[in-house]
Amino acid sequence: MTALWAQVFRRDVAMLLTGGRRGGAGLPVLFFLAVAMLYPFAVGPDAALLARSGGGIVWVAALLAAILPLDRLVEPDLDAGFFDQWAIRGLSEEWIMASRIGSHWLTFAVPLMAAALPASALLGLSGEQVRVVMLGLLAGTPGLAALGVMVAGITAGLRGGAALSGLLIVPLAIPLLIFGAGSLSSGGEGGIALTGAVSLVLLAIAPFAAGAAVRAARD
Amino acid sequence: MAAALSIPSDPPAQPGPMAYANAALEARDLACRRGERLLFAKLSLRLKHGDALHLAGPNGVGKSSLIRILAGLSRPFAGTVERTGDIALLDERLALDTHLPLGRALGFWARCDGLDDEAAARIAERVGIDGLLDVPVRYLSTGQRRRAALARMAGRGAAIWMLDEPLNGLDAASTAMVEVLIAEHCGAGGIALVASHQPIRLPGMARLSIPDYAA
Repeated sequence: MTALWAQVFRRDVAMLLTGGRRGGAGLPVLFFLAVAMLYPFAVGPDAALLARSGGGIVWVAALLAAILPLDRLVEPDLDAGFFDQWAIRGLSEEWIMASRIGSHWLTFAVPLMAAALPASALLGLSGEQVRVVMLGLLAGTPGLAALGVMVAGITAGLRGGAALSGLLIVPLAIPLLIFGAGSLSSGGEGGIALTGAVSLVLLAIAPFAAGAAVRAARD
Repeated sequence: MAAALSIPSDPPAQPGPMAYANAALEARDLACRRGERLLFAKLSLRLKHGDALHLAGPNGVGKSSLIRILAGLSRPFAGTVERTGDIALLDERLALDTHLPLGRALGFWARCDGLDDEAAARIAERVGIDGLLDVPVRYLSTGQRRRAALARMAGRGAAIWMLDEPLNGLDAASTAMVEVLIAEHCGAGGIALVASHQPIRLPGMARLSIPDYAA
């Protein structure tokens, strides 16, 4: 059982990294950097303005980048019959979704946080702001990954599921955005702690919600 | 040395006679509803080790639904299913990573099922895909995909085989190969359940015509 789960997790990481034919882990990161690069072009090179609003832009870009991998988180494997094959091997959908949240975080959030450093430089953030942004992302991205898997599970198998999942994740991610980006103006700890708390709630419910959704889609 | 002393917990790679002696599958008074329609009702079956059953009937009578119910993948509208033994499932979906070479795609399931390389190679040769292991799955033809799925299913080493239209897209030689494969599995004490609208030749195979249970 544990061995089977470990194999599934390994495959999840490999699948999400390379993405098969659906684009791998690099795409959301490039998108994230592109937004951070475009913003100074749009608002002009006013360093004070950039430094004041840059942290929020990093958060918005992270949220938008989180939409990109949604369509390959659950649906391709559901279509190809992987979930049924795991089910007859006695691996519950909840464990599969837990594996997927972990692998999605590893392949999406870790590269994103690495890319947040050059993005912060592009936006001219100060050292202290970079520290708060990075801590906030560390606290918030697990919740974002859980949310992504949950939304992908719920919309898997629906017509237009990919577009729908993008629309669904945005309002659900607002608490993460408010506390995460808010920690920048309030100076840190409180906001980051609240971001972490939202992440924990999402991590706790996402495997069950996504697992139940996939089981319901099967009947 | 440790490896030599360890007790194998998985079924042996080449099961001898009665390797699956405890295998059993029993269903009582099953009914299946799809939307507003009752596909079949009061369907009972009982299979013990060595049995093979052909689920027959034209498209849409509920062969696949029955298999999914028996596999525990969907709930029956009424009735109960009791299983003893692992299941291996072959349906129209490949469950292989299409961007990977076939060998690596099958390797994932081999690791999941604790199948060693030697046994995996033997199965690949049996179903005739040993020359295709370097080819990405997406380049395979319909029949080759089918045989790849067969290799995945056989590699599971399960007592109860559930095959949904295993002969679709297969040529005459491959059809014969599938029949021999199922016969050998049943000869070793396994149970085989084959849903097919095509005739399938197996010694001692029972036939269950699902339209007889139409509600």
